[in-house]
Amino acid sequence: MARAVTTRTKAINTAVAWTIALVIFFPILYTIITSLKTESEAIAGFNLIPSFTIESYIAVQTQNDYFKPFMNSVILALGSTVLALIVAIPAAWAMAFSPTKHTKDILMWMLSTKMMPAVAVLVPIYLIFLRTGLMDTRIGLTVMLMLINLPIVVWMLYTYFREIPGEILEAARMDGASLWNEIVYILTPMAIPGIASTMLLNIILAWNESFWTIQLTTTNAAPLTAFIASFSSPQGLFWAKLSAASTLAIAPILIMGWFSQKQLVRGLTFGAVK
Amino acid sequence: MATRQTQGLANIMRAPAIILLLIWMVVPLGMTLYFSFLNYNLLNPANTSWAGFFNYRYFYTDPAFFQSIWNTLVLVLGVLLITVVGGIAIALLIDQPMFGQGIVRILVISPFFVMPPVAALVWKNMIMNPSYGVFADIANFFGADPVDWFAQYPLFSIIIIVAWQWLPFATLILLTSLQSLDGEQKEAAEMDGAGFVSRFIYLTLPHMARAITVVILIQTIFLLAVYAEILVTTNGGPGYASTNLVFLIYRAARLNFDIGGGAAGGIIAVVLANFVAIFLMRAVGKNLD
Repeated sequence: MARAVTTRTKAINTAVAWTIALVIFFPILYTIITSLKTESEAIAGFNLIPSFTIESYIAVQTQNDYFKPFMNSVILALGSTVLALIVAIPAAWAMAFSPTKHTKDILMWMLSTKMMPAVAVLVPIYLIFLRTGLMDTRIGLTVMLMLINLPIVVWMLYTYFREIPGEILEAARMDGASLWNEIVYILTPMAIPGIASTMLLNIILAWNESFWTIQLTTTNAAPLTAFIASFSSPQGLFWAKLSAASTLAIAPILIMGWFSQKQLVRGLTFGAVK
Repeated sequence: MATRQTQGLANIMRAPAIILLLIWMVVPLGMTLYFSFLNYNLLNPANTSWAGFFNYRYFYTDPAFFQSIWNTLVLVLGVLLITVVGGIAIALLIDQPMFGQGIVRILVISPFFVMPPVAALVWKNMIMNPSYGVFADIANFFGADPVDWFAQYPLFSIIIIVAWQWLPFATLILLTSLQSLDGEQKEAAEMDGAGFVSRFIYLTLPHMARAITVVILIQTIFLLAVYAEILVTTNGGPGYASTNLVFLIYRAARLNFDIGGGAAGGIIAVVLANFVAIFLMRAVGKNLD
């Protein structure tokens, strides 16, 4: 029997929950609102109704060449994700479908590489990047982001692949399916949702990565994280512009995040919470 | 059944990921360890010499080192306290029947997707600025003096920002766990006359224990690495008031060009992170069986 919920309780829950949710969401909302103000409005005190000007958005592009860091973010996030998938899909596949007695140890070891604090290898990575000319290049940073997210990608794919029932494969083999047919017609369609979720999470993580992207770039390869961080020094009339740049920087990932709540839980807890 | 042939194929499929991660783990860490025993400054690279444990001793005797360790701990524990307690409360709330639950969920988890520099700058400028920020407006409205957050409470201000970023994570994980709680058990407890508090202590909390552990451990790993939030708000100051270990190492290596010192700090960071890692690996490892 379902619990009887009075309308009153439900109304109170709704009011309390919406209040808290709006307080938590407020900084984002206020950023969006401020991005639609003029610079003088932005510092004229609390005001939730902007003049709906898009001059800050135009200024961000014309004065700061916003498109360049934006494209860098896109290239880095997509590039590192695709690279990671190319390496991780075969690995996770092999571990899920042909496990050996070491598979568990290997997975745990991979996870342990994720625990290594980035700052511990700041010195050597910085020097390597300086000496090899990788500093401030998209290719260097793409490889870095691929490496730091690779353990999560392998893990997440592994937990998805492991759920594909082995009996289906055996049945297919009995029916005389070749390895190729098995992969193309049976495994791939079943694996695609898992791969898509993994991709989504990895893009979010790579997009927001703010240690290496700031350390290893100056201008050419700087993605949005470094671009926005460069707004930290100037004081004065720049809030509307900062807000416009911020809104554009977070919007794509925010929307992706809304659609990937479930996968996020799974990916970020390494399958420990589903 | 895996035949020998498929097993061979499996090995080839596994190899690239394993080799890449092995190189990624061994080479830079080995270099860090090596550099940590050198007198090596990028401003004067010709004078590089063997330093023994000098860099470690130097780091250890620097008052800023203890302050940064302390700040790291305060930051991690402060954020954990806010996010875990807040996360449980909000998860319990969202789990109740209400109108627009889906939208509430979306609003609550949104801060997690905001990149750290944006989160920190928005809070620094629009919320906490002592002249024009929302907090100052609120203080003025009540006739109080606005607080200069980053000058007076630099570490606390950073804790607030980081907690805002991680509260959604805790809430989302704990809510997921809460929703897997058997409804029949809850009803049975209710019928037996268990009130909200005893239901929470004896039923809900034990059910969420695993998720809470996971939240604490995973967050700790990320919280030990907080960097961009400090860089764009206080730059570690005033003095060393908001410098954590990451920021101290960054200062040594990048701002003072002290490769040896930065490397020694890096090794100390690895040791710290390992304490946490061991616990996390156990918790996650159980799930594999």
